[in-house]
Amino acid sequence: MKFKNWFLMFIIVFIVWILLNNSFQIDILIPGIIVAFLVSSLFCKRCNLFSEIILTPKAFVYTFIYLGVFFIELIKSNLDVARRVLTPSLPINPGIVEVKTTLKSKFGRMLLANSITLTPGTLTVEVIDDSFFIHWIDVKEDTVEAASKEIVKKFEKYLEVIYG
Amino acid sequence: MWEIKIYNMELLGAIITLMGSLVLLIAAIGLIRMPDIYNRLQVGTKATTLGTIMSLFGLLLIMPDWSGKFILLILFIMMTNPVSSHVVARAAYFIKIPFTSRTVVNKLKPDGNVINVSVENQKEVITESLKH
Repeated sequence: MKFKNWFLMFIIVFIVWILLNNSFQIDILIPGIIVAFLVSSLFCKRCNLFSEIILTPKAFVYTFIYLGVFFIELIKSNLDVARRVLTPSLPINPGIVEVKTTLKSKFGRMLLANSITLTPGTLTVEVIDDSFFIHWIDVKEDTVEAASKEIVKKFEKYLEVIYG
Repeated sequence: MWEIKIYNMELLGAIITLMGSLVLLIAAIGLIRMPDIYNRLQVGTKATTLGTIMSLFGLLLIMPDWSGKFILLILFIMMTNPVSSHVVARAAYFIKIPFTSRTVVNKLKPDGNVINVSVENQKEVITESLKH
């Protein structure tokens, strides 16, 4: 379990190195491997955040599907916000609703809260255990179940596979 | 043939950057028009995220040599922008910045036993921590 944390940290640092240098020459890659090895060995005593990630091919595929869904929702939310801002009567109907998630891991919940913030008309205000309190610019449902179905479900089914 | 292709890439990049700046303009209008801090944050977060991503993507098409750095910047903005707006909204809620009169529902009431630490308790905690 500890090796997995170390290995993920190594891969992330190494990818950042490659992106910053933007080259695959051998005299760039070898210092990168050395630096990534040193950084991940020295600073990975407390990076147990990664231990919740499930490393299977299915989770890998779902990560990419999740990114696609996420970008589509981001563009939809921007069109929605632009429509609301530019309409003269300012059609907003705001309020704070409560939703429940079934995700267990901390990392998955963090990603879910971030995704909710970036999707149409919702902003995570507070997270208490498995309840998210969400400021919704156009409240359609104010019961917990209906709001959860409306806001959370479309991301949860992907994040469940990736993080459990 | 090669020159035409490069020219087209630059044109496409310029158009995408222009669209990103239009999204940022809508965000600026929204900041003025929205009635309270929470709705302003809604507009600010979403539009600045997409606007900045589109501007950087347009620059990536114009300058393909720097694409790695632009991808890193896009990932960084995608990870940090929602976190910062969440923290601002949470802080605004706990110092009791009022909602607009058009608000229809509020499930998160400090006196409704939903939150364990009320605003008054938090003030006590802060003043106590300042004493030490």
